[in-house]
Amino acid sequence: MTDDHQLRVSKIRNGTVIDHVAAGQALNVLAILGIDGTSGEAVSVGMNVPSDRLGRKDIVKVEGRELSQSEVDVLSLIAPAASINIVRDYDVVEKNRVVRPDAVASIISCPNRNCISNADEPIQSRFTVLSDGVRCDYCETIVREDEVAANLDVN
Amino acid sequence: MRQDHLISASHLSREDIEAVLDRAADIDADPAAFRQRHAGKVLGLCFFEPSTRTRMSFDSAMKRLGGQTVDMGPVESSSVKKGETLADTVRVVEGYADALVLRHPSEGAATMAAEFVDVPLVNAGDGAGQHPSQTLLDLYTIRENAGLDDLTIGIMGDLKYGRTVHSLAEALTNFDASQHFISPESLRLPRNVRYDLHASGAQVREHTELDEVLPELDVLYVTRIQRERFPDENEYRKVAGQYQIDSETLDAASDDLTIMHPLPRVDEISPDIDDTDHATYFEQAHNGIPVRMALLDILLSQDR
Ligand SMILES: [Zn+2]
Repeated sequence: MTDDHQLRVSKIRNGTVIDHVAAGQALNVLAILGIDGTSGEAVSVGMNVPSDRLGRKDIVKVEGRELSQSEVDVLSLIAPAASINIVRDYDVVEKNRVVRPDAVASIISCPNRNCISNADEPIQSRFTVLSDGVRCDYCETIVREDEVAANLDVN
Repeated sequence: MRQDHLISASHLSREDIEAVLDRAADIDADPAAFRQRHAGKVLGLCFFEPSTRTRMSFDSAMKRLGGQTVDMGPVESSSVKKGETLADTVRVVEGYADALVLRHPSEGAATMAAEFVDVPLVNAGDGAGQHPSQTLLDLYTIRENAGLDDLTIGIMGDLKYGRTVHSLAEALTNFDASQHFISPESLRLPRNVRYDLHASGAQVREHTELDEVLPELDVLYVTRIQRERFPDENEYRKVAGQYQIDSETLDAASDDLTIMHPLPRVDEISPDIDDTDHATYFEQAHNGIPVRMALLDILLSQDR
């Protein structure tokens, strides 16, 4: 890793740096994490940053908030290569990869318009995570990995 | 059965299926022995879209077990019309009955409803999704006529939207069955069914022509291709015409070929087949009674 990389990661004092996000997915990352700046945390986003591993990558830094593993695991669906750096006093104290969860709720909306999860019922969407996509627990529709970003339900 | 509900054929193990089919055979052999079996029990029929046949079949099955039924009636005259959620409806209705049968136009409706009720719930069709009690009677008919192992079956017609097809194909993966799927390109099996078949190790062999596979079939399961799946009348006629069979088609078939159809048919099976030994679709429809009796008997007898 280059110094340049270290520098970028270390720029925040306390918080979380989500690195190696697939280019173009940074705003989806924020949306999935429910981070929209309204709770006052300083958020910085780098897009299309040159990367040894990915060619181009996005990077997201959230000041003052340490994201837990379960919070970030859902990111594996849109940014499987992402790494999570917990920063305290400018030092990376913890570095983790995202791990695919077994299931995700309320993150993706079912693309099947006739699915009961899209009707006005008191339920959340719920998907089981497969090796190469996710599957609606209600109607069994499969959303491929490359279709997940287009079906995010986070706004 | 291990579960309290019957939602999807994909949840059924071979043991589950055989338990229902064996019970159905017992009922077929001696219906009188089951006549008072569930006296005093009530089955709730919740049909959110019309399906007179399936409703009558469950109604009859429950009454032949000595039980009674309550029917929510047509949607137009119910609370649903006033905007009640399905979750609320089933929570109210479960208080009226010992088990529920649900038919609903949305995929996943039965899965959701089962999350809200404690009584056993049977999915009698959810949109283009599953129709597992139909599958059980199909399996019963196949077992009686051709056997479920060492079986070569062709499933033909609308494989994309046909829920009976999806349930049957998934259930057959529990047996030593070789499945062939015959349909127009535009009505092939949907992705999720294909995924399940692959995941269970089944080979998915697809054909656009029946001729390619007809001679080797033990069972040919025909389904209707619906007009509304096609943009225009001409296209529909052209495509649907290729998947109609008559006695001449069957010259190439084995003498023992069993022909099935979930009914109602329109013109995909010519009436000149009705009087042949191949025709098994009316027997199949009649099997709905012992099989649904068996299913209700098992679900209502469980200690929950
Ligand atoms: Zn769905």
